[in-house]
Amino acid sequence: MKIKWWHVGLLACLVVACLSPLASSSPDGLERVAENKGFIDLGREAPFQIIADYVFPGMENEALATILAGLIGTLILFGVAYGVAWLLKSRKKEPAK
Amino acid sequence: MHIPDGFLNVATVATTYVVSAGGVGNAVRIANKKLGEKHVPLMGVLASFIFAAQMLNFPIAGGTSGHFVGAALAAILLGPWASVLIMSCVLIAQCFIFQDGGLLALGANIFNMGIVASFSGYYLYRLATSLLGDDRRGKLIGGFVGAWGSVFLSATACAIELAVSGTSPIGVVVPAMAGFHALIGIGEGLITGAILSLVLVARPDLVQLQKV
Repeated sequence: MKIKWWHVGLLACLVVACLSPLASSSPDGLERVAENKGFIDLGREAPFQIIADYVFPGMENEALATILAGLIGTLILFGVAYGVAWLLKSRKKEPAK
Repeated sequence: MHIPDGFLNVATVATTYVVSAGGVGNAVRIANKKLGEKHVPLMGVLASFIFAAQMLNFPIAGGTSGHFVGAALAAILLGPWASVLIMSCVLIAQCFIFQDGGLLALGANIFNMGIVASFSGYYLYRLATSLLGDDRRGKLIGGFVGAWGSVFLSATACAIELAVSGTSPIGVVVPAMAGFHALIGIGEGLITGAILSLVLVARPDLVQLQKV
């Protein structure tokens, strides 16, 4: 199989996902404002949790659980966006063939 | 900048859902007309990259972090409507799988980080490249400016929604959100510039794709 640019691109994205345990755990801009201005407590938890907060459930090593969550998300998004784009472009091209 | 449930009132939730659904519907229609073979893998890789990069919060001042949004980068490479589609995929997955951003707030999150960020990033980039020239330097400066502006305006839109919802007074929440995100936008600008510069070296043809 010939290696295409996007194979390398996807691999690079998976490498970026593996860096996720290095991320700052400080609150982000919105959370900081919500804390400072006293409305953080209005926030409600989701009614269900799948891979909540980017930590794969049931794993002892949190860094590995974060990496696994990152890899899963990165692959899902590649598949979903590629699939959406493929469906949208092929519908226009197919009848012409 | 993902709004959780509880921060927005019913009217704001409903309005942003209607506007975002309309925006995504229009993005689908336009993509259906303009999307070509070459756009498909780039859509996949950009969605992947934006998801992975959004996990990497970087520290800014005062025990606060920020994360890449990515809408400006996607809009510069693929056009604003394609970027709305990519951002919607990312935000929907983050909401449903990773519990980042509320279910009721999803419309607002797509509006802020999808629609507002994609269009402001794209047109600021276009403005900058038309003023500075569409060469490498113009593209990189335009990328920085577009990315910074996309985060700043996206945060401002978020703050206005919080104010309209009665969560925090407008005179308090708008300057606070704009202030923090003026700093976070610098990170967005640097990442966007770095990726654009990489693409210009490795695959300059991808920057020339028809914009959707």
